[in-house]
Amino acid sequence: MKVIIGSGSCGIAAGAHKVQTAFEAIIAEKGLALSVEQTGCIGTCYLEPIVDVVDDAGNKVTFVNVTTDDARRIIDDYVIAQQELADLRISQDDLTMIGKQQRIVLRNSGIIDPEQIDDYLAVDGYAAARKCLTEMTPEAIIETVKIAGLKGRGGAGFPTWFKWDAAKKSPGTTKYMVCNADEGDPGAFMDRSVLESDPHALIEGMLIGARAIGANEGIVYVRAEYPLAIVRLQKAIDQAREKGYLGNDIFGTGFAFDLRIKAGAGAFVCGEETALIASLEGERGMPRLKPPFPAQKGYWNKPTNINNVETFANVPWIFRNGGAAYAALGTKESKGTKVFALTGKVKKGGLVEIPMGLTLKDVIFDIGGGIKQDKAFKAVQMGGPSGGCIPASLLDTQIDYAEITKTGAIMGSGGMVVMDETTCMVDMARFFLDFTCKESCGKCTYCRVGTTRMLEILNRITQGEGRDGDIELLEELCYKIKDGSLCGLGQTAPNPVLTTIKYFRNEYEDHIYHHKCTARSCKPLLTYTIDKDKCVGCGACKKNCPVAAITGEKKLVHEINQDICIKCGKCFTVCKFDSVIID
Amino acid sequence: MSQEIHDHHHAHEPDCGCGCHGDQPNPFEELSPVLDRYADIPGSLITILQKAQELYGFLSVELMRYIALETHTAIAKVYGVATFYTQFRFKPVGKYLIMLCQGTACHVNGSKQVEEAVMDYLDITEGETTPDGLFTLNNVACLGCCSLSPVMMINDDTYGQLTRDKVTHILAELKEKAGQDPMDSEISAQEVNA
Ligand SMILES: Cc1cc2nc3c(=O)[nH]c(=O)nc-3n(C[C@H](O)[C@H](O)[C@H](O)COP(=O)(O)O)c2cc1C
Ligand code: FES
Repeated sequence: MKVIIGSGSCGIAAGAHKVQTAFEAIIAEKGLALSVEQTGCIGTCYLEPIVDVVDDAGNKVTFVNVTTDDARRIIDDYVIAQQELADLRISQDDLTMIGKQQRIVLRNSGIIDPEQIDDYLAVDGYAAARKCLTEMTPEAIIETVKIAGLKGRGGAGFPTWFKWDAAKKSPGTTKYMVCNADEGDPGAFMDRSVLESDPHALIEGMLIGARAIGANEGIVYVRAEYPLAIVRLQKAIDQAREKGYLGNDIFGTGFAFDLRIKAGAGAFVCGEETALIASLEGERGMPRLKPPFPAQKGYWNKPTNINNVETFANVPWIFRNGGAAYAALGTKESKGTKVFALTGKVKKGGLVEIPMGLTLKDVIFDIGGGIKQDKAFKAVQMGGPSGGCIPASLLDTQIDYAEITKTGAIMGSGGMVVMDETTCMVDMARFFLDFTCKESCGKCTYCRVGTTRMLEILNRITQGEGRDGDIELLEELCYKIKDGSLCGLGQTAPNPVLTTIKYFRNEYEDHIYHHKCTARSCKPLLTYTIDKDKCVGCGACKKNCPVAAITGEKKLVHEINQDICIKCGKCFTVCKFDSVIID
Repeated sequence: MSQEIHDHHHAHEPDCGCGCHGDQPNPFEELSPVLDRYADIPGSLITILQKAQELYGFLSVELMRYIALETHTAIAKVYGVATFYTQFRFKPVGKYLIMLCQGTACHVNGSKQVEEAVMDYLDITEGETTPDGLFTLNNVACLGCCSLSPVMMINDDTYGQLTRDKVTHILAELKEKAGQDPMDSEISAQEVNA
């Protein structure tokens, strides 16, 4: 019998380490023959810490939101006394959330121990690589990926086979296979989870790709903010090397491939291929003009192929099950599955992997369980700073590259941030512009100065100083920035503004012409008053008001002087009687 | 620290500019193994800067000048690369580095309130360190724990589902812990003021 603790970053943040220590202590104290192991993230992050108890016959029982106290109950009541312990078990509803998914990329996540290569081998790990290296020609490998219809999962959705083919045909003997694990979209964590939960899937995918294009050296460019992912991937690389899956003469074929990690240093633009290459070379991560494409002139000017983590993680499955099996999933143009990081105001946040072709509604309501506190759904943001906000009227949109692009958003790398009635869309646009403005590398004037001007306008609007003509000025800037920028960052930076203007123009107008934020989010546009019927005169607001705008005697109704109030919202936060009204 | 004058890639002499004055012990001795390994591999500047920051906590002008000399790179280039990336810091940080997530999911779920709570409690703004050298506040974009948003990381620990009260509680606890460990805080305060 064993106890398995979900130990991805999310699990650890929720207390998995403490729970693990508790289990180990109790097991030692009672002298039980139970081993404690770890696994990655199963995707239901809202249930962390998650603990599986597996008996010797392989039957698994999952306990969720486990605390250190629960650890004792699980041992005493479930393991020893063999009681049901229903209150700690995963609910049927939550199991359905997992059941509705189709897991290819996440096939092993939350199931195997990512730090044990034997666990990966036990689920047929490296069998696909063995087949590719010993039985298939590079042409046949590329053909299979073509049949599968796999498109790049990093955002742009470019056919993977085409890139591999170009890199293969590019003249030269030194070629590089690079994995983009920079995961820049703030609000997405699919790649982190793969690296932490199933790093060998990435290594195997890269090995197959390297064989196809003829690369002997691979580099994984990992985001600096992912320390655990780096540790786990390094362990996996070391183990793979030890077993001979990396290094010289892999599977006795004479093919050599080795892999190393390069930690990024925090710059969103480095997710762009040419900037990533500059960064790998130790330079400032500034994009350059394409062509030449990396397949012709990449890392140190050699042919280089760059793919996203999720793209690679699909590859071993495709070779074990055949390209046609992969292509059988999804829509006409978008094959296979896609992983989404479902977050924001959704009830069941986490990672979900679904076949392409489901609708946004399926994902947010069926799998995600709908909106927290059953508030009204307002929009879903896809594609991060390069994407856009899709409104409720388009919830039936299919998850398909072309369909999503039609809405003005993009499929992106998989961020899906759900927003409810309390999210202000103008503020969201301002949020993304603030991000892109800070992250612009500064090379192109339109991107550097244009985003700054747009941010200034959006700041003004959210502060209640919007002017007639602002919306039109924003639109004009949007189109000019798109045209005047060299790389994808600038070309897509206006998308969050354009989509919010397109679908939520009334919110912009409310801010500018009526000085109102209907989502009650932009503080300068709100007025704070005290409800005479609810105020008990406790004085908490008065004491905490930084500008002494509140008057009132103890135990009597207090009042806010609107001329002094700076709308900081502190009174609202400290009032225990809900008597501060925001309007 | 070893007292010998370390000969690395350049000969140390009175005006060599690395801070050794030709006769002083090398102030950045601990970096030697890193330089031995990476200085001659092209494209390693970011890696060297990362390791240097790990060792010294931040990149001082002297440290960057030293790296420039040892790697035969122009100091302007070292500075240019270092300032491009948000990971690099040019001022000392406190004992506890608070990395407050300002990613999309955290923003939607109220990271502003969390930021306000931190600023209220510690009386510092983004990028600043408390006068006692205990806390530094940095904003970051997404820590990859979006389903637990709003999130912050303090040194190696991640805290999720934050509320105003929870933040104050966490900070108070750390402050108390540092108070019980006077040796520790003394050292860090010294480092910070160095
Ligand atoms: C500003 C910008 C940021 C990007 N960030 C990422 C990223 O974080 N991860 C990623 O895989 N691709 C990112 N991309 C896309 C890459 O340039 C590239 O298309 C991708 O890594 C190719 O891999 P794929 O074909 O497997 O999708 C970004 C592109 C731009 C323009
Ligand atoms: S947005 Fe804060 S952790 Fe991702």
